[in-house]
Amino acid sequence: MGDLFDKFQPIIDMREGLLASGVEDPFNLVMERVISPTVAVCNGRETILLGTYNYMGMTFDPDVIEAGKQALDDFGAGTTGSRVLNGTYAGHKAVEQALCDFYGMDHAMVFSTGYQANLGIISTVAGKGDYIVLDIDSHASIWDGCKMGDAEVVPFKHNDIEAMEKRLKRIPEGAGKLVVLEGVYSMMGDIAPLKEMIAVAKANGAMVLVDEAHSMGFIGPNGRGVAEDQGVLDDVDFVIGTFSKSVGTVGGFCVSNHPKFEILRLVCRPYVFTASLPPSVVATACTSIRKLMHAGNKRAHLWENSRTLHKGLKDAGFTLGTAEPQSAIIAVIMPDLERGAGMWEALLHEGLYVNLARPPATPANMTLLRCSLCAEHSAEQVQTIIGMFTRAGKAVGII
Amino acid sequence: MDRAATDERIRGIIEPFNQKGIPVSDATSFQADLEFDSLTVMDFVAAIEDEFDIIISMNQQAEIETWGQLVDAVVKLKG
Repeated sequence: MGDLFDKFQPIIDMREGLLASGVEDPFNLVMERVISPTVAVCNGRETILLGTYNYMGMTFDPDVIEAGKQALDDFGAGTTGSRVLNGTYAGHKAVEQALCDFYGMDHAMVFSTGYQANLGIISTVAGKGDYIVLDIDSHASIWDGCKMGDAEVVPFKHNDIEAMEKRLKRIPEGAGKLVVLEGVYSMMGDIAPLKEMIAVAKANGAMVLVDEAHSMGFIGPNGRGVAEDQGVLDDVDFVIGTFSKSVGTVGGFCVSNHPKFEILRLVCRPYVFTASLPPSVVATACTSIRKLMHAGNKRAHLWENSRTLHKGLKDAGFTLGTAEPQSAIIAVIMPDLERGAGMWEALLHEGLYVNLARPPATPANMTLLRCSLCAEHSAEQVQTIIGMFTRAGKAVGII
Repeated sequence: MDRAATDERIRGIIEPFNQKGIPVSDATSFQADLEFDSLTVMDFVAAIEDEFDIIISMNQQAEIETWGQLVDAVVKLKG
């Protein structure tokens, strides 16, 4: 007679098989010391970080840190309450105003994590009898938001405009429609053709939600994301974002121009039934967001890094997720999990940390080494990284 | 459209997805017998949706485990 954990046996077996080969556990890395946005001591080794979402390197920004310390002194360690009860401090209102200013939108609602922002907005906005039409490669938080709500869920093939349009046209007349897209898809680092997709969504009477978690701060003329870059931000009803990437702390948000948006604060359960962010977190986020409005030079350097690494890895013979660099994420496609884990470990021994991504998080059951660049990576570091990849790739027999 | 004709049309669609040529009857399970993974399910469902010009939402897919249930669902959705 088994127990409730029997269903996890396949993944337990897979993990044991992987570790039995002697490889260092890719999902149990500890950073003992963090030296800068791009360097840490991992498992005793000084390591270049190429697998964080610290795109703009704001985690160690002196103004950001100072704002956090001040808020700790002035407001204490935590709020111990929901945003709608005792958990809204001056700092929460200030960071929401910073988001309105950053995006040029009327309303902003801050959640305790980006995951909860998707969970809350999607499950609340689309209700019984409504239809959610979403890209099959959507992030787990989007899928979980769909699962938590009562709407009919209709996925379409990744970035396939025609497949999306066909499904929208088949929805029964009169039903509410929400199209859910992402600016940057975080596994392959590719972007969505938002201009065309949003036009189709609007022509079919749908509201549009775009998750811009992996574009905030450096894509688009003002860093507002892929929708801004493609000139269609005004047609987006809800932008979902996070503080845990370019902003450099933790938290999530939704910005919108919808005239009735504020009612969501009372009806959105993942917003109501959880404690609000600590004062130090909203203070660091607020300072960081305002600095990101004027970060043109950092943005330019991040793009330079992305182009240099993409070209360097392609020239070395690696297979990459995109033909051209489209974001700060460069996915290196591995032949299988075993060699992917071997390559991951070889890189770690070289002194480089990247993300090992495997099914079910990845599209088409691929194993990926995901590299995410930072505006604080120096040009020299990027060259060092290309050298490390080349040596490790040859040692493992991938190139 | 009657059930037999619908069954016949879906058989034409499943062929490329049923690579081992496993015989399909009403009781055949997509997961256990045909070993469809989530990607295969997506492509197969999309092909049926396009053939019949219908939507089979994820919510409805969750109720469909066998070939017979699929044929019944398509007949019902076609009205």
